[in-house]
Amino acid sequence: MIAELGAFAFALAFALSIAQVGLSVTARIRGSAMLRGAGEGAAGAAFLSVLLAFGCLMISFLRSDFSLLNVAENSNSEQPLLYRFAASWGSHEGSMILWCLALTAFGAVVALTGRNLPWKLKTSTVATQGWLGALFMGYTLFASNPFVRLLEVPVEGAQLKPLLQDPAMAFHPPMLYLGYVGFSVVFSFAIAALIEGKADAAWARWVRPWTLAAWSLLTTGITLGSFWAYYELGWGGWWAWDPVENASFMPWLIGTALLHSAIVTEKRGAMQGWTIFLALCTFSFSMLGTFTVRSGTIMSVHAFATDPKRGIILLAIMALASGVGFTLFAWRAPKFAPGGLYAPVSRETTLLLNNLFLAAATLLVLSGTLFPTVYEAVTGKAMSVGAPFFNVTFGPIMALALVILPAGPLIAWKRGDIQGAFQRLALAGGFALAAAVAGYALVSPKRALAAVGCGLGMWVIAGTLTELAERAQLGRAALSEVFRRLRGLPRGAWGMTLAHLGMGVFVLGACIEIGGKVEVVKVMAAGDTMDFGAYQLRLDSVGPFDGPNYIAERGHVTVTKHGSPVCQGAPEQRTFPQPQGRTDTAEVALCYRGATHLYVRLGDRRPGPDGVDRWMITSYVNPWATLIFLGPFLMALGGVTSLSDRRLRLGVARKSKAAAPVKPVKRRKPVTA
Amino acid sequence: MRRLTALVTAAALMVMLGAASDDPAEHLKNPKQEARAEALFDQIRCMVCQTESIAASEADLAHDMRTLVRGQVAEGKSDRDVLDYMYARYGPAILLRPRLTPGTALLWGLPFAVIVGGLLALFLRRRKGAVTLEPVLSKAEIAALKALETKTKEDGAS
Repeated sequence: MIAELGAFAFALAFALSIAQVGLSVTARIRGSAMLRGAGEGAAGAAFLSVLLAFGCLMISFLRSDFSLLNVAENSNSEQPLLYRFAASWGSHEGSMILWCLALTAFGAVVALTGRNLPWKLKTSTVATQGWLGALFMGYTLFASNPFVRLLEVPVEGAQLKPLLQDPAMAFHPPMLYLGYVGFSVVFSFAIAALIEGKADAAWARWVRPWTLAAWSLLTTGITLGSFWAYYELGWGGWWAWDPVENASFMPWLIGTALLHSAIVTEKRGAMQGWTIFLALCTFSFSMLGTFTVRSGTIMSVHAFATDPKRGIILLAIMALASGVGFTLFAWRAPKFAPGGLYAPVSRETTLLLNNLFLAAATLLVLSGTLFPTVYEAVTGKAMSVGAPFFNVTFGPIMALALVILPAGPLIAWKRGDIQGAFQRLALAGGFALAAAVAGYALVSPKRALAAVGCGLGMWVIAGTLTELAERAQLGRAALSEVFRRLRGLPRGAWGMTLAHLGMGVFVLGACIEIGGKVEVVKVMAAGDTMDFGAYQLRLDSVGPFDGPNYIAERGHVTVTKHGSPVCQGAPEQRTFPQPQGRTDTAEVALCYRGATHLYVRLGDRRPGPDGVDRWMITSYVNPWATLIFLGPFLMALGGVTSLSDRRLRLGVARKSKAAAPVKPVKRRKPVTA
Repeated sequence: MRRLTALVTAAALMVMLGAASDDPAEHLKNPKQEARAEALFDQIRCMVCQTESIAASEADLAHDMRTLVRGQVAEGKSDRDVLDYMYARYGPAILLRPRLTPGTALLWGLPFAVIVGGLLALFLRRRKGAVTLEPVLSKAEIAALKALETKTKEDGAS
């Protein structure tokens, strides 16, 4: 019964989304306030219906209702509660419902808040959001319905893929999806702006919070996924330039560009067309990211639910959604006013350069990801593009972006003083140089590129702090005045500072980790020891361990440094029995030494010729690896902080005069000439 | 049921994920050579496992190829020789960093062309005289601005 209720609710949501489009479009043409309200109501009701459908699916999973094909394929009764719950979005069908839930939730928020949005703009946005909802819900309903019943009900289900059975499964996919889908609102706003022929500062002021929110969620989602892969796959790495990783990285890169260009549009009214273009791109990349992998056009080690037949439909939907957007853009964008003028040396230019580099980086990831497929289609020959390609091409482009990053906030809008900016950054440059030299001297074997990376990371960190000190007039004003100024800084400024710091922290951590990583492999019996880096590991014992739905071999290791104990760990090799074969996963032992990670993996058992069992143990020292995950977290925190700025809070956009940013009076030379 | 089997197969394939570690007994005795061999593993794709390098794959074929590379490094061949050998034997798809050929020029050149083109466009637009900002402040306005600035400073000090 519950499944039927869910199926009905979902079909209702589909109908409501179509109604949302019809009502909003008619309202926009006729100017009827009543129809407009009805369209907005439909958006809210569509969300509630999808929520109900999703709830029904979740209950079916929690109750292990194997009469549903989706439940039988992705869950079983022995699976712990958390994974029965998370299995709701562990399959293609379930994740489509989650995608639609996020899409309608954001649509409802736009429809039911935003009272002071110009009504034409808002109605067009609601209509577009409804149209996207109808597309994806139609697809889910007719081609990926999770409420399909089985005629013969199995006694027991299969199970959620063992690799997915991890607490991160409960957070990573929803975060990622909220991020991807958050950009749909920005997309709808962009379409609305194209329809209305206006993308002024007020429009940008609405686009920015949505971009910030989606970007922060996406950042968190990607970071969680990276950390999950880091400890679950037992490979000691955190990024492999795999197509699925690239797929989530592209919307992030282009979304970061959008975040910055929207600032120019909001503050200076410039770059309107470009901001709209980026808004269209970002959600297009979100769709591309979600669906290319599933369609089977691109192969990946993380791929799940590949089904070429359905993939074609998904690609068609994607092409339709983006195609309409870009066609509208090509038709309407030339009519947009060029907007504010600015001198070659100005903050506008630095942000333009930021956009150029980020766009080039996105294009690089895109072409690298799609190239093998396209090449094979054209020439019939196979071609591979992997990590070694991205490592040598992505680095230089991002390095360019990082070099100009600290200068941007120090250069004034419209007409800046580049010499002054770099003079103020002299100290930061000194720190950067010192970090690079230290990185080169201290890390062995010597890696010049990693040292350059250290320098760049420090440059961004020190440069960002320079700007903060500058705003607070540190060193020029009394300390109490400095604190008063810091307290008076708008949240937006703090957000930027945090995000830029996070970037620097990430770059620093990544370069130190890559440069100073130590990996040692040894086949060991209980009681053996191994040296890795400055540490010594002893395999105390290995014994069997019974999990709720798996059996495992669990090792006990003790790590010491110069004879004094450092930590103990229990790496596991888990085996999930299945009707057809078995699946093994590794559960690594992670030991945190400050920011450094000691990472130990227990491999297969190897019966020795002497009758003694041995295990292959792989140990890593990943120096400062915590920074790699802390950096992006700081970035997301920066996004959220910025979002809480009064100026951007939903609904107060018009009343914010009193709380306008208390910008410190910049001591700039009066303009003469 | 067929779909169920497909899913399970997919799950079984996933096991191949992760890092492959060889028995240290197979490592080359010379640590410098071993380090070189391991660096080469990252460059070579495991032909039976989608997108992984032979460094990452636990497939048997990847293991055989690691042994092959180690053998060649031990024979004293240079990195370039080893990659050339692989290229000749398995074709261009064996290399994870495609060589620059007319066919791959687009892949290598596109992002950099975008940057150079973008910078050029930026430069040319400036040169064309788009720099005509709004008129600079008049003398009277400058005086007014100065007065305002001094006033703000006094306010700040009080």
